[in-house]
Amino acid sequence: MSDLRNVSSSPHIRAKFTSSNIMLMVLIALLPASAFGVYNFGLKALLIIIISMATCVLTEYFYEYFMKKPITIGDYSAAVTGLLLALNLPSSVPLWIPVIGGIFAILVVKQVFGGLGQNFMNPALGARCFLLISFTGRMTNFTYDTVTGATPLAVLKSGESVNTWKMFLGTIQGTIGETSVVAIMIGAILLLAIGVINVTIPAYYILSFAVFIIMFGGKGFDIDFVLAHLCGGGLMLGAWFMATDYATSPITQKGRIVYGIILGILTGLFRLFGGSAEGVSYAIIFSNLLVPLIERVTLPTAFGKEKKKA
Amino acid sequence: MGAFTFKGGLHPYDGKDLSKDRPIKTVLPKGELIYPLSQHIGAPAVPVVAKGDRVLKGQKIAEAAGFVSANIHSSVSGTVKAIEPRLTVTGATINSIIIENDGEYEEIEYQKVKSLDQLSKDEIRNLIKEAGIVGMGGAGFPTHVKLMPKDDKAIDYVIANCAECEPYLTSDYRRMLEEPEKIVSGLKVILKLFDNAKGILAVEDNKPDCIEKLNQIVQKEDRIEVVSLKTKYPQGAERQLIYASTGRAINSSMLPADAGCVVNNVDTITAIYMAVCEGKPLMHRIVTVTGNAIKNPQNFLVATGTNYHELIDEAGGFTEEPAKIISGGPMMGFAIYDLDVPTTKTSSALLCLTNDDVAELAPSACINCGKCVEVCPGRIIPSRLADFAERHDEASFEKYDGMECCACGCCSFICPAKRQLTQSIKSMRLLVLANKKKK
Repeated sequence: MSDLRNVSSSPHIRAKFTSSNIMLMVLIALLPASAFGVYNFGLKALLIIIISMATCVLTEYFYEYFMKKPITIGDYSAAVTGLLLALNLPSSVPLWIPVIGGIFAILVVKQVFGGLGQNFMNPALGARCFLLISFTGRMTNFTYDTVTGATPLAVLKSGESVNTWKMFLGTIQGTIGETSVVAIMIGAILLLAIGVINVTIPAYYILSFAVFIIMFGGKGFDIDFVLAHLCGGGLMLGAWFMATDYATSPITQKGRIVYGIILGILTGLFRLFGGSAEGVSYAIIFSNLLVPLIERVTLPTAFGKEKKKA
Repeated sequence: MGAFTFKGGLHPYDGKDLSKDRPIKTVLPKGELIYPLSQHIGAPAVPVVAKGDRVLKGQKIAEAAGFVSANIHSSVSGTVKAIEPRLTVTGATINSIIIENDGEYEEIEYQKVKSLDQLSKDEIRNLIKEAGIVGMGGAGFPTHVKLMPKDDKAIDYVIANCAECEPYLTSDYRRMLEEPEKIVSGLKVILKLFDNAKGILAVEDNKPDCIEKLNQIVQKEDRIEVVSLKTKYPQGAERQLIYASTGRAINSSMLPADAGCVVNNVDTITAIYMAVCEGKPLMHRIVTVTGNAIKNPQNFLVATGTNYHELIDEAGGFTEEPAKIISGGPMMGFAIYDLDVPTTKTSSALLCLTNDDVAELAPSACINCGKCVEVCPGRIIPSRLADFAERHDEASFEKYDGMECCACGCCSFICPAKRQLTQSIKSMRLLVLANKKKK
């Protein structure tokens, strides 16, 4: 027994993908939407993005430093939260808004509940809804080309028609990152291709939402109306980048289907019958709260046990 | 017929190119050979030789102690040097018979064999039992017990596990290429025991040359068929293999026989052929010595009891100091801290890697990504079960079907947070089983 070698329990090999790789991929996938936001709304948007990300990363660092926990900013998850928060803000907000939002997202929604993977709702959306309730005026002041105006969804809600093509491209009012369906989809396809996200949640979300709009939108199968709803507001950003957040979505395939359908119905309810034109953020954080229940009723059946339970 | 695949699983780097084109080479053991008395599941065998005795190759040196146990035979001729505890691959120190090899390889006179048609079922089972054959894929369950299900007539399929889904392993592959007749003949022996059964040679489709070879041989056999399965780890896991080749699903509390199946590994079937058709006990097995730290990766025909050091030397030694040495494959094998251990009936490979992923990648918090759920062939939730295990929550562990884990290692492999999921679940499973036994 001259040379004792490393031992460990099997398996002895590991896949290359790590948590920080995944977060980095999400950051990269959000680049097109972010770049388009800066192009659309000017350098102020870039400033908001930088402030929001810096706030989130620093909040996580200082919290962990003072709580004497291992510093986890290297896993990029705080940076992702910061970027998502910024993309959910209008470009007209004062610069202290992303600071407050970032601190709330990391401190209250994420760290207090145990940090990465333990948060009960999406930190960025939690912070957005907190800001919406606290600073409603500032958070719903949408400017585009220096003109303040209603978002296409608000226009749609008041019964007028909108330019769907512009909504698809993204040259409209809205929050920094939500306007361009094209830019969001480029990132989403990248994440799908490398297996970071799974198509289940967005697919069931978007489909069930479309069905809800057709059934209860009051316009029947009006393709322009349905498309406007699909391209409008935060649906695409929410469906592809926030509903798919690992920590706050169900872990099983069946659970993901149920979760997607609930999201679609809630978003439809909030948009058609709610007080505001937008409903994605509230639908997602509300569904986040339902995840433990969804998981309880969608427990998978172990291999070879199918017949026994039936 | 099955679906040729199963839900879950993954495709790790398979590393088979290192050794797949190296023909089987016989290694003549030097020095002392070590025969642990427990190389199988069940009661340890009882020595029938004493210190100082001269033994011949093929001579029984330890006898099965009970029904679930297995005989052990000497693979060389020489003198019994000692019977004392020695270190084995699992890290356990087990009472072993140590034989000093005299290099003569003088064999006992083997029993005359009858042709298969003249043998009765009981005679066949007895020959297999006498030969000390155990499941050589890794489990080491005594084969004669496996071949004695409650009802012979209820067995519909005898499956030869030719999947070899573990990365790096090429011993079954070489056996199929070089001695396919022995495998088919061995399968015919088992089929003789089960009148209603069909024989299936289940091969993964990354071995088209084996499939072709086997197909040529079984052309005339109306009871045997080659089934090509989709390549995916763990295709060779018993329950996944049965499902993929027959469409029948069993859970952890059932035996393959409950689904009308009997499954045996390639090397085991070859050993059955040797025992019944040539009258020779189990004394050799094929071991793949491979990994990026090995100079000349090879497939060796090794006498059981041979020291692992000798296998490394035969393969040209190390190119650089390995960070980790594994007995078996990288997904389910045992990491060994000392090379000074013997080859046993269940040693399928000796894998030497220059990097140790487990030591290099520190576990971090679970991000709930669900990748472990996607790859789990048992369709359970590894991340949650590992949580229960870490909290010693036995009730929840069982409620969430933790006992269904087959320890294939897929969850730990895929986990981006590098959590030791398999390890936690495996230990908890053993704990629950142990507690059940106490009651």
